[in-house]
Amino acid sequence: MSNYTIEMLGITKQFPGVLANDKVNLQVKQNEVHALLGENGAGKSTLMSILFGSYDADAGEIKIRGKNVKIKSPNDATVLGIGMVHQHFKLVTNYTVTENIVLGIESKTKLGLLDLKKAEKRVKELSDQYGLKVNPKDKIEDISVGMQQRVEILKMLYRNADILILDEPSAVLTPQEIDDLMSIIRRLKNEGKTIILITHKLKEIKAVADRCTVLRRGKYIDTIEVKNVSEEKMAEMMVGRPVHFDIEKAPLKLGETVLNVEKLQVKDYRGHLAVQNLSFSIKKGEIFGIAGVDGNGQTELIYALTGLVHTEAGTIKLHDKDITKQSIKERIQAGIGHIPEDRHRHGLVLDFSLGENAVLKNYDTKEFSNNLGVLQYQIISEHTNKLIKEYDIRVGEGVSQKAGSLSGGNQQKLIIAREVALSPELLIVAQPTRGLDVGAIEYIRKRLVEERDKGRAILLISFELEEIMSLCDRIAIISKGEFAGIFNEGELTENEIGFMMAGSQAKGRLKNEATHG
Amino acid sequence: MDKTKKLKQRKSLGTFLQESDGAMSVLVVLIGFLFATLLILIIGRNPSGMYKAILQVLTGYNVDRNRFYVRYIGEWLAQSMPLILCGLSMGFAARVGLFNIGAEGQYIVGITVAQLIAIFFPQIPVAHWFFAILFAALAGAIWGGIVGWLKAKYEVSEVVATIMMNYIALYLSRIITLRIPGANTYRTPNFPQTALLTSSFLQKITNGSRLNLGIIFVVLSVLIYWFIIEKTRTGFELRATGFNKDAARASGIPVVKSIMLSMAIAGAFAGLAGGIVSLGAYKYGRVLAANDGYGFTGIAVALVGNNTAVGTALSGLLFGMLSTAQPLMESNRIPKEITFIIQGLVVIFIAIRVGFRMVVAYLAKKAPLKQEKTLNTKKTQEEMPTHE
Repeated sequence: MSNYTIEMLGITKQFPGVLANDKVNLQVKQNEVHALLGENGAGKSTLMSILFGSYDADAGEIKIRGKNVKIKSPNDATVLGIGMVHQHFKLVTNYTVTENIVLGIESKTKLGLLDLKKAEKRVKELSDQYGLKVNPKDKIEDISVGMQQRVEILKMLYRNADILILDEPSAVLTPQEIDDLMSIIRRLKNEGKTIILITHKLKEIKAVADRCTVLRRGKYIDTIEVKNVSEEKMAEMMVGRPVHFDIEKAPLKLGETVLNVEKLQVKDYRGHLAVQNLSFSIKKGEIFGIAGVDGNGQTELIYALTGLVHTEAGTIKLHDKDITKQSIKERIQAGIGHIPEDRHRHGLVLDFSLGENAVLKNYDTKEFSNNLGVLQYQIISEHTNKLIKEYDIRVGEGVSQKAGSLSGGNQQKLIIAREVALSPELLIVAQPTRGLDVGAIEYIRKRLVEERDKGRAILLISFELEEIMSLCDRIAIISKGEFAGIFNEGELTENEIGFMMAGSQAKGRLKNEATHG
Repeated sequence: MDKTKKLKQRKSLGTFLQESDGAMSVLVVLIGFLFATLLILIIGRNPSGMYKAILQVLTGYNVDRNRFYVRYIGEWLAQSMPLILCGLSMGFAARVGLFNIGAEGQYIVGITVAQLIAIFFPQIPVAHWFFAILFAALAGAIWGGIVGWLKAKYEVSEVVATIMMNYIALYLSRIITLRIPGANTYRTPNFPQTALLTSSFLQKITNGSRLNLGIIFVVLSVLIYWFIIEKTRTGFELRATGFNKDAARASGIPVVKSIMLSMAIAGAFAGLAGGIVSLGAYKYGRVLAANDGYGFTGIAVALVGNNTAVGTALSGLLFGMLSTAQPLMESNRIPKEITFIIQGLVVIFIAIRVGFRMVVAYLAKKAPLKQEKTLNTKKTQEEMPTHE
């Protein structure tokens, strides 16, 4: 008799070319929060898909509450009381919360009509019981991403799941929403649920998990008591070598002004002013960071600087040359490099080969195409191979493989390699480490600092405060399209910045005046 | 090169089908023929009649009479010419992410202009037909380019615009052609000899088929298509725009220009098809009563050919073969409708290709065959050293 709710022993799963799970063990105790830690591609999702019945394991056994079971489909898993919140929600956006929750198990009245009243009541009860604060009558399209996630959680609770699998639940949330999620997980635990948390964020594990199982490249590494092990140690277990969170920067050596923005106004796609009278400048050799919650004008600011949208008013100068009215191409040629926020949308052509992506911005230069307009694929290949080597981009097949087949971290490395190779005057970097694993994050941050040390001007926009704090020489805090203040590195604590990000500017203004005075 | 070939052979059929569009197309065509064979059996006829007809089209050999009729090969090629060109038209736009339903209209514009030049241009040998088809292609380019311009500048759906342009082309063609002196309700006077694409040499070697000089332009078109798309800067811009418009734009690629250019080039292929049909297959100008349908069949041709130059040429030849085989099938007591059914089946199967792939992927996921597993581990082991 075991005292584990879930036991997965010796699970092995082979995909063509990859051993996704190699004799992996997972033992989860009744009523604990158990984290499953590993980098992207470590086999976390595969293991959970096997538990949830989406895949069959090639070998190994699964015991639920001590009994051997065969889980052949998600329906079997539901019957066993296992529920899963996927990273990408499965919600009908123009249905209400309740309609989404009952979808598939609708209760009917005697006449065979949909009985939503009863369902609504039950949803309300569950929401109250677990402190989810969800209104059963809201439409999905009207509520925030964080709320949508709670609806997914409610969906499982409604189906009487007592084992909840949360797949990277914080990936889509803002810092505040993450805090809320953490308290929801604690609440679920207090109410007697068993929770498996798939993540690669150590902070969250420290915050809520009791125990943690670490996977690396498909192999089981260890299961640990979270409170006895430091974040550094967990990171090392996950990556397989010591990880350095602190980044060494050379002393600040400012050069001439590269970018000068004055009274910039930009509208968003709905026609509202998203950027209002922003003025700032960036010098060679510094990283200028913009901290803020998503949706406060950062995206529009980047679009305006790179030429993706028109500006309403104000000027953008690069080395004293007015580029406000220039085309995207002219700006690229003038020396603006751009590592975009959404790398799949703006950064890469996923169906293009690595080589084609590597020259996406300079395919038409003398270097890569001849006078007749014929591309020199041989030279492009050599150039790409050089970048692959220099940036340690892990490719399976080589230059001709499609960019879409790379992992997120390697895709990002490819973009950075391309942009830096263009040796831009100004490098605009947005959310460079979103969704990446620890190893890639460490590498990319180090690269950015290296470029700064070499004397490049860098504009960094990130929703992760910790990233801004550890990389930037100057930090601007943006709220509702305006700067709440610009500060030097170390002038403010994380808390103070967070406070200003949330839009309370009083304190910020005060501070700002103080630095000028 | 040899190495990769070997590796490919070792891959299981499943992975091969998943990775190669070409292999999937061949499979789909074979399934189409299989269904057709079953259908013929069900209606109580002998399927060999169909295959005999196909053999005769492909090689000229008639099994029953044990004789060669080279004319059929010529007819087959002549029949395939407009299909290949309209396939290229559809395919070229598709590579830029556009759905060109307008090949039919661009083709009609090509016919109309070629007919006008054939009748009114001075009768200079070679220059006469050459300018006729050149301007046919140009007219098609303008017809397609208008849609490209509307799409790029004003975001007018190219699907709606091309369908409407098809109607305009058809009725405009009737109005113009009817005004040619001597024209009646269905035809104009004969073209002068200098306007015709007929070649006594080609007719001689194919025993009097309709095969004509147009074939040179078809071959050139296939080569140009391949060269532009695969080799040039412009092709790079077009493909980038087709795959990911946003990334292309953010990288400074002129997306608006790409869209206009692609529709214009697509139109040029279809216009050329019109020119070749009107001066190659007919000796007089036609007052069109209805669509010839090559433009629409071109959609299917491009689909089966995966929008590649060579694939579209091959698939055009397949469709041309089917329509040339129709009369022969009739004489072998196979209803000619069978060929339409094959075409339909092939298109449907191509359309559910994604579904096929999902089935293959599902089978691989759920229960990887032992054989496949060992093959794959072997493969990765062998591949490792070569990539280091």
